[in-house]
Formats: sequence, structure tokens, C-alpha cells
Amino acid sequence: MRRALVAVAALLLVWQGAVWATGLPPFVLPAPWAVAAEGWTSRAMLAEHGLVTLAEVMAGLGLGGAAGVGFAIAGQVVPALRRWIDPVLAATQAVPVFVLAPVLTIWLGYGMGPKVAMTTLLVFFPVLSALTDAMDAVPEAHLDLARIAGAGRWRTIRHLLLPQAVPGLLSGLRVAATYAPTGAVIGEWIGASKGLGYLMLMANARSKADLMFAALVLVVAMTLTLRALVPAVKDPS
Amino acid sequence: MTGWSLSGTVRLRGEVLFRGEIALSPGWTCLMGPSGAGKTTLLRLLAGLPVAAELEGRVLRPGRVGWVAQDDLLQPRQSVGANVALLERLAGRAVDPARVERLLAQVGLAGFAARRPATLSGGQRQRVALARMLMQQAEVVAMDEPFSALDPATRRQMQDLARGVLRGRTVLMVTHDPTEALRMADRVLVLAGGTVAEVPLPGAPPRDPEAGGAAGALLRLVRAVS
Repeated sequence: MRRALVAVAALLLVWQGAVWATGLPPFVLPAPWAVAAEGWTSRAMLAEHGLVTLAEVMAGLGLGGAAGVGFAIAGQVVPALRRWIDPVLAATQAVPVFVLAPVLTIWLGYGMGPKVAMTTLLVFFPVLSALTDAMDAVPEAHLDLARIAGAGRWRTIRHLLLPQAVPGLLSGLRVAATYAPTGAVIGEWIGASKGLGYLMLMANARSKADLMFAALVLVVAMTLTLRALVPAVKDPS
Repeated sequence: MTGWSLSGTVRLRGEVLFRGEIALSPGWTCLMGPSGAGKTTLLRLLAGLPVAAELEGRVLRPGRVGWVAQDDLLQPRQSVGANVALLERLAGRAVDPARVERLLAQVGLAGFAARRPATLSGGQRQRVALARMLMQQAEVVAMDEPFSALDPATRRQMQDLARGVLRGRTVLMVTHDPTEALRMADRVLVLAGGTVAEVPLPGAPPRDPEAGGAAGALLRLVRAVS
């Protein structure tokens, strides 16, 4: 925590130093205190748009996380499924999700739909691959216990694979939590009437760099908070 | 006879690992033999576990087989009590917590149910593995070098404990250690050159800890057969 504070302080100093050294006008590079002041003045607006983005992020995390966990378990229950799913997933991951944003907006409109869809797509893969890898990593010898007990796939997953895969799942969720706000903000850039991404574009169009930076700081704070909320579980050896 | 037997031919990549019959009787049987002879393969076949080798023949097995491996296979993220109950949960049977406590007490770990495996010593972990196996109430028990990773003093304690708690059951244990075989076994089988031979035990009672000379003789025998 102390190191984080030192890092933030150092960043602010460098920022302020850059403002002084370059002499750039405030609509290009506002000083940190100007951003803070603007953030305070526009706090009601930032909160309103921030809550919209947060709602999109949470919905995306929930849907993408649930889909990732569901597919990972389905791949364990029916191993044959994986031979079909894996190449399709690899192909979909080869398409940068951001290029889908305009398409999603056409399909789902200008509301929260396309933003939630973007976030869901960004969250889905890290969760799926982290959980799949973690369950695959359970040593073969441990599966002997399931065989000795005569356990079917489902009970093996529930009592043997999933408990051992919890740290892997959480590390996937942590990655996903870092991506999720990006998905929502980019969705908002393409077309929205609410949200921090929308606010940033609007501030940009009005040369209000201080408001844009304030929104950016809020996105960063949201990302870091979400990441920190996913508990880090170290596997006792 | 318990109806626990294997008969036929076991081949690994075309090579015969074993041909003949192994029939287990109540009591403690140790399976010895040189490395790579296929002891673990035979044990796993008898336990109904997958092997790389092919069996042409058949295995007769009573309903439940207990399994203790060299690795304790404890689940790191589950409590000691949950580990003891794991096979019951895997089998979809109801778990009686009082029975878990009783078995933990029986292996000298009373009050350990809430602990995490990471807080246990190697010997304690293997005790949990033993309790987990006892929980299954299996008529026959397969053990693959269960004590070989333990230090000598702990190993002797575990040998005595295992003999005590498994008295009267049919146990097949793979071991490399002739002293262990002499200490524990009612019968010693040696697998070498594709056949299993029963070693006549020396005059000393099998669990006589002073049987060092006989153990040496057994070791020489194992080498001779290989």
C-alpha cells in the first residue's frame, strides 16, 4: 500500500514536472491539481457516468465469468467438446474484440447492450482458459482417487478438479477484471449517451482536457479496485 | 481366498511383463522385484486403475479397493477432515463426520479435522491418506510404496500403524525395501522375468525387527531372480 502511494506521488510529480517543463496549454495537458479541481466540480456528473460504466463492467464480468466457467466445466464433462470448441475459440480470439464494437453497436443499439457484450467477450476468454488450464493441471495421480471411488465426470470435477483450480480461476478473474473496464469504455466510444467513455469523448470535443483526465483517473481507479477485490489465493503446498 | 486375483498375460509394448496368476489371500502380501519389472503395473491392474500395459486375461476384484500411493494425494485446498471424506464424496455416499473423527483418532490425528494438509508433516499426511482409505471400508487394499518417502523412524511407526488398522484385510503392497517386506508381510511375492515367485519367509517371525540378516538374504534373492 505504501509503495502504491509512493508510485502515485511520483507519477503526479512527473506529470506536474512535464506541465512546467513543456509549457503546454491546459487544454492539451492540464496540471494534476486542475484535474483534481475539475473532478471535484463535476463530481455529480462523473458519478452518474461512472455508475453506468460500472454497471456495464459488472454485468460483463458476471456474464463473461459465468460463460467462461460454464464452458470450462462443459469441456471437462465432455472432453470431445473441447476438440470442437478450442479451434473456434482460438479463431474468435484472433479477432480483436475492439473491431467488433461497431458491429455490436449496429446489432444491439446505443444502450448498455453492446458495452456489456464487449466486456463479456473480453472477460470470457481469460476466465475460460485460466480455469481449463488449472483443471488440466491437476496431477494424473489425483484422478486415481476418483477412479478408485468410481466417481463419474461430474463428481470428479466438483470434488477434485474445481477445488484445486480455485487459484487458477481467481488469477483468470483478476486478468479479466483488468480488461473489463477497457471493454466498456471502448464500447462507449463507438456510440453511447452515458458512461465514462462517452464523457471522455464529449470532454475531448469541447477541449476540456481536465474533465477528460478526471474521467480517465476514474476508469483507472475502477480497474485497480476491481482487480484488488478479486482475492489472491496462494496454493498451500 | 478373497476373490482378488489376476490371471493372464500382461504386455507392455509387446514385451511380456507378467504371465500367470496372482491370487491374494487375507493378510499382508508384499510384491517386490527389480525396478521396471512391472510391480506397479500389476498392482494398478489389480486395483482397477488404468495402465500403459495391456492385459490379456482377467482381474477378479471385490467391490471396493482401497488405494494408498507413495504420494499422499491430499487435496491442498481442503481440510484434513474433507480429505478423509473425499472418496465418499467422490462416490456420492453420505459422509458421517463422527466417523471421520473416529478414523482420524485411530491413525493418531484426533482433533486434526479442521487443519490444512500444508500444516502437517510427511508422516501425518500419510496418516491422513491411511484414514481416507479406511473411510472407504474396502475389503481389499492396494498400496504402492506408501512409506518409501518417509524417514526411517516415521516409516516404522507407519508400518506398525498400518498393520494394526488393516489387520485381517487383504493387502497387496509394492515395496522396494526388503526390511519393510520382512517386517510387514505374511507373504512375499517377487516379480521378475515375467513371473511371480513366492519367497519362503525365513524362520524369524515376519515382523521381527531384528531380521536384518534375513532381509539381506531376501535382497540377494531379489537380485538373483532379476
